[in-house]
Amino acid sequence: MTAAAVAKDVGARLAQAAGLNATLHWSAECLEAEARRVDGMSTQGALHALPLAVKDNIVTIEEPTTCGSRILEGYVSPFTATAVRRLRAAGAMVACKANLDEFAMGSSTEHSAYGRVNNPLDHERVPGGSSGGSAALVAADVVPAALGSETGGSVRQPASFCGVVGVKPTYGRVSRYGLVAFGSSLDCISVFGKTVNHASRVLAVMSGPDPLDATSVDRPPMKAPAAISSLAGLKVGLPREYFPSDLHPGVRAGLDRTVATLRELGATISEVSLPHSKYAVPTYYIIAPAEAAANLARYDGVRYGVRRVGPEGDISSLYRATRGSGFGAEVRRRILIGTYVLSAGYYDAYYRKAQTVRALIAQDFHQVLGANGVDLLLTPTTPTPAFKAGEKTEDPVQMYLADIFVCAISLAGLPALSLPVGRDRGLPIGAQLIAGAFEEPRLLAVAALLERTLGGTEEVR
Amino acid sequence: MSWETVIGLEVHVQLLTRSKMFCGCSTAFGDPPNTNVCPVCLGLPGALPVPNAQAIRLATRAALALGCTVQSRSVFARKNYFYPDLPKGYQISQFDLPLATHGWLEFDSPERGRMRCGITRLHVEEDAGKLLHDRVPGKTAVDLNRAGTPLAEIVSEPDIRSPAEARVYLTTLKQILAYAEVSDCSMEQGSLRVDANISIRKAGDSTFGVKCEVKNLNSFANVERALTAERDRQIGLVESGQRITQSTLLFNAGTGQVRLLRSKEESHDYRYFPDPDLPPLVLTQAWIDEQRGALPELPDAKRERLVMAYGLSLEHARVIAADRAIASYFEAVVAAGAEAQAAANWVMGDALAGYNAAGHFTVAPARLAELTRLVAQNKVSQQAAKRVFASEDLANPSTTSTLAIAEKLGLTQVSDTDALGSWVDEVLVAFPKEVERYRAGETKLIAFFVGQVMKRSQGKADPKGVQPVLAEKLRA
Repeated sequence: MTAAAVAKDVGARLAQAAGLNATLHWSAECLEAEARRVDGMSTQGALHALPLAVKDNIVTIEEPTTCGSRILEGYVSPFTATAVRRLRAAGAMVACKANLDEFAMGSSTEHSAYGRVNNPLDHERVPGGSSGGSAALVAADVVPAALGSETGGSVRQPASFCGVVGVKPTYGRVSRYGLVAFGSSLDCISVFGKTVNHASRVLAVMSGPDPLDATSVDRPPMKAPAAISSLAGLKVGLPREYFPSDLHPGVRAGLDRTVATLRELGATISEVSLPHSKYAVPTYYIIAPAEAAANLARYDGVRYGVRRVGPEGDISSLYRATRGSGFGAEVRRRILIGTYVLSAGYYDAYYRKAQTVRALIAQDFHQVLGANGVDLLLTPTTPTPAFKAGEKTEDPVQMYLADIFVCAISLAGLPALSLPVGRDRGLPIGAQLIAGAFEEPRLLAVAALLERTLGGTEEVR
Repeated sequence: MSWETVIGLEVHVQLLTRSKMFCGCSTAFGDPPNTNVCPVCLGLPGALPVPNAQAIRLATRAALALGCTVQSRSVFARKNYFYPDLPKGYQISQFDLPLATHGWLEFDSPERGRMRCGITRLHVEEDAGKLLHDRVPGKTAVDLNRAGTPLAEIVSEPDIRSPAEARVYLTTLKQILAYAEVSDCSMEQGSLRVDANISIRKAGDSTFGVKCEVKNLNSFANVERALTAERDRQIGLVESGQRITQSTLLFNAGTGQVRLLRSKEESHDYRYFPDPDLPPLVLTQAWIDEQRGALPELPDAKRERLVMAYGLSLEHARVIAADRAIASYFEAVVAAGAEAQAAANWVMGDALAGYNAAGHFTVAPARLAELTRLVAQNKVSQQAAKRVFASEDLANPSTTSTLAIAEKLGLTQVSDTDALGSWVDEVLVAFPKEVERYRAGETKLIAFFVGQVMKRSQGKADPKGVQPVLAEKLRA
């Protein structure tokens, strides 16, 4: 199949899926140009003619990059993110820019300035977030894979809600150059796939060190793993803190099914403990906003993006008017939190303490996944299946708790993925697999075998 | 009441790199606005900083030249504030873990003699851009060419005790940094900037008074003026029973006065925190030692050696060692065969004047060495030698020997008694009254006659030869 034919097909699907509000920018012209570029390549790349949705906080030069914010309305980047550059060089095509929570802050994609995204399996429900647009486009069969970004679960959580595969690599495995910063010590470009294989192939191409990102890790690019047929000898740990007694029964049933399948495939299951994970959400909501408050200071109306001038006409009023009207409520809330926790007199009590706790959370994982520990951890990705739109928008803390099982892994910088393991009354249930740093090949190989064995769309109870 | 002044200085120097601190843009001065910019130094969404290894190397050299302990691990931090010349809304600097600490600077205090001022810390950071108020009528324009230029900030201990000492500290610091080839330290181009903290206390007190920070100091002379004005203001306040409030002040070079910029209550909370885009800067001891080994001889050691090896006076050694290029030139002239003191006299005199005017030495060391030998051999008078030195031929490397140039210019010294005799005769005819007075016993007029002979000979006459001829002819 030529790239031109794929592009035409994707264009038709994008048009059909308009009701999801999952895209922010796409055009038939851009798609055709991408197809011409790929059909004109002298050799077929590893991702030949693979159409990708790209979360709109990853910069591309062909389309605007708005981060789902009014403040960057119409902003077009003069450079392309390293990850996208590598994917395009391997023959992938950027099909569209996907909707997201503003600046990736949210767990439901209800915080986009350009409207919420619908979950393709139930339009009344959210697709999760912040990469909800990318997740929805994969779930709706518009594209087979999509780029999202994770700061604290923003790919795994929507993957779980939409019933697709979502993989977050080890921090530093994929260059952040061109990913618009939110929480720089946590941010990872991550990937959704219709299958584990799709996600593996995309991750393999975009991984590897980048001289433009001082935090990218100097290791050779990841190799997509070969298929395995048995899990004999594999040790899987179930951290007891991630299976609370009030866990949603559908989620519990999905995990039970996964554990049983792991056993059948030869894996040994044991219970382990990650005692500091219970502090992950509060720790995350200090560190991520602190970094965000500084990262978002550049949107001041001076050089690019939207500018508003206040009534006083001076520079301070320009800042106030631009930022006051350009940022949505959730972004403003996090800037305020971040500014507060770094302020003189509060730094030690909040930011420094959070860094200490972050180290303890990471240490738990290193011990459990260390030499005498287990190979992988299995947990639910989310405490419940996808919730209804509007259900949590009035209560930020309830919204933050939607990430209770994914946050700690981000703080520890480890690779993890969410795999669909069944459905509860039609809603997808995701299981999270977590590995040690740079153990993505094993993580992906196990997930692919589980995927083949489990199916993933059967009712779990 | 006797007051003691306490001063600490914060000096920013631009590191001599070709590219910026965190991107590849040029650091050239004076290019058209916003031409040396890229996504990184413009702070565009998605751009990331990558440290410039040469900037780290130069900052390390500066730290070692100032006797600092270079830390094996230092951390970049974000300093948060809003200003239109600051593209990211924060400056990447270093805060609680700077590149280097615990150094010192020795200088000659005009009041206290040789003294040592502690250096608290040296850290690296990026510069901000520039606001242009005169380019667009009624508007302020932003030029971000300078944004991201690498700087070292050098913070002194409060060890300085007078405005004059502050000035010598700065002169000495500039000498060291120029020697180490860390910075060109040009205040005119903004590559060296000074903020000064000053307080007063009763002589003998061990606790510090309330300090004020003085900014907008655009020359070393103005640092001294501003600190003098601020010291006097503080003493005036306290002696009239008022309190000093901690504040930041701006110096106005026109009026010679300081004015309030902001009080402590209005000061920024910069909310420093480690920059998550930049891993801690880790330097191995071997690398630090390598930088130490690569440091050139510094001004103090140079001065010492000029005294010991060449027998120069301390004062002459100080003048020559003030600039690495001057000292190198001096040593080259001596190496080419000049006697050391003669070389020193030339280097501090006509050669230095030429260097200051042209920015480099025009006469090759071997040429100057030859000239000093011609003077020593009485082939060229000291006076004539100056004219030879100033001639364009001497600076031209394709010309023949210095002696040939002196001959061509008719400036070789005449020692021949007959030739001297005819100039002497002319002088005696021209000044009959003076001849009469001399013969009447006013013998000190001999100097007058020598001078006239030199003048008449246009400096060519050998003064040592003139005197016996004069004495002979005046006796007659």
